Amino acid sequence: MARIIVVTSGKGGVGKTTTSAAISMGLAKKGHKTVVIDFDVGLRNLDLIMGCERRVVYDIINVINGEAALNQALIRDKNCNLLSILPASQTRNKDALTQDGVEKILEELSKEFKYIVCDSPAGIETGAHLAMYFADDAFVVTNPEVSSVRDSDRMLGILASKSRRAERGEEPIKEYLLLSRYSPERVKSGEMLSLNDVQEILSLHLLGVIPESKSVLTSSNAGTPVILDEKSDAGQAYADIVARYLGENKPQRFIEDKTGFFRKLFGGR
Amino acid sequence: MSLLDYFRTSKTSSASLAKERLQILVAYERSSGNQPSYLPELQKELLAVIQRYVNVNKDAMTINLEQTDNRETLELNIVLPDAHRL
Repeated sequence: MARIIVVTSGKGGVGKTTTSAAISMGLAKKGHKTVVIDFDVGLRNLDLIMGCERRVVYDIINVINGEAALNQALIRDKNCNLLSILPASQTRNKDALTQDGVEKILEELSKEFKYIVCDSPAGIETGAHLAMYFADDAFVVTNPEVSSVRDSDRMLGILASKSRRAERGEEPIKEYLLLSRYSPERVKSGEMLSLNDVQEILSLHLLGVIPESKSVLTSSNAGTPVILDEKSDAGQAYADIVARYLGENKPQRFIEDKTGFFRKLFGGR
Repeated sequence: MSLLDYFRTSKTSSASLAKERLQILVAYERSSGNQPSYLPELQKELLAVIQRYVNVNKDAMTINLEQTDNRETLELNIVLPDAHRL
């Protein structure tokens, strides 16, 4: 049986797709057969972040409607052959995504893959609901910013009450915090909520902190998941996160302000 | 933070303000999130009935549904004016 991970946040623009691309690549690079599914019907973007936008022929709605077989819609990643991508459709009809359809797809994928990563759209509409409904684990991507923390808390309430596990009275979804766009320097100067502040409010198990990093944009420009940029701090942060999720013991990094004394003195950035 | 910033008087940090606002909001939303959706309508109708007999304003009434393990309590709190009957 596959493990189903939902990457969620409630709020848009916090880094769900960046995270989905990075962790699915990370899991595959660790030798686990992984598939990542874009649930953002009408506004697909995972294909662009993964750099396979020109190879999309069929999508998840085609599979649900029986217009294509699942294997025809899956795109094998060009960097790692253990990773596949199932793109969302660009149709504006959001009702095309059905619970039965998604369940069948997940069942079929479970036979072949070890991890299924569901990239949730923002909001709490159908796509977001179906992305989290069948999940075993939830990666809650949060920015140290008031609206993101609030929406994450709302999302936690939904995960606890509206998922299949909740409805069946099974063991609840395991929830993990991924604090992204973190700037230790700004935390130190009192301009940004700290990791401890966010933890105090959400009380989640921390999987890792991803620092604000230029490499996230340059990687998305190129269509390569940022985790492949092994020199970048964000890439390393995601590699740590994948390792911790798989049970390795990695000390937390990117929490302390590492700005040098002279840079601090003269206020350079 | 540069050397100059260091000598500027530090106001209450905006991060601590953010944290305080969030803590209040999240606590409120967690407690009200599970309440049935009919509660505001119930409050409105109850208030209308009471106002037929007593001159209370709408801020004088609070309604709250408490849930414990085996009991639900509907708490209704109305502040009556001193002696202003209709």
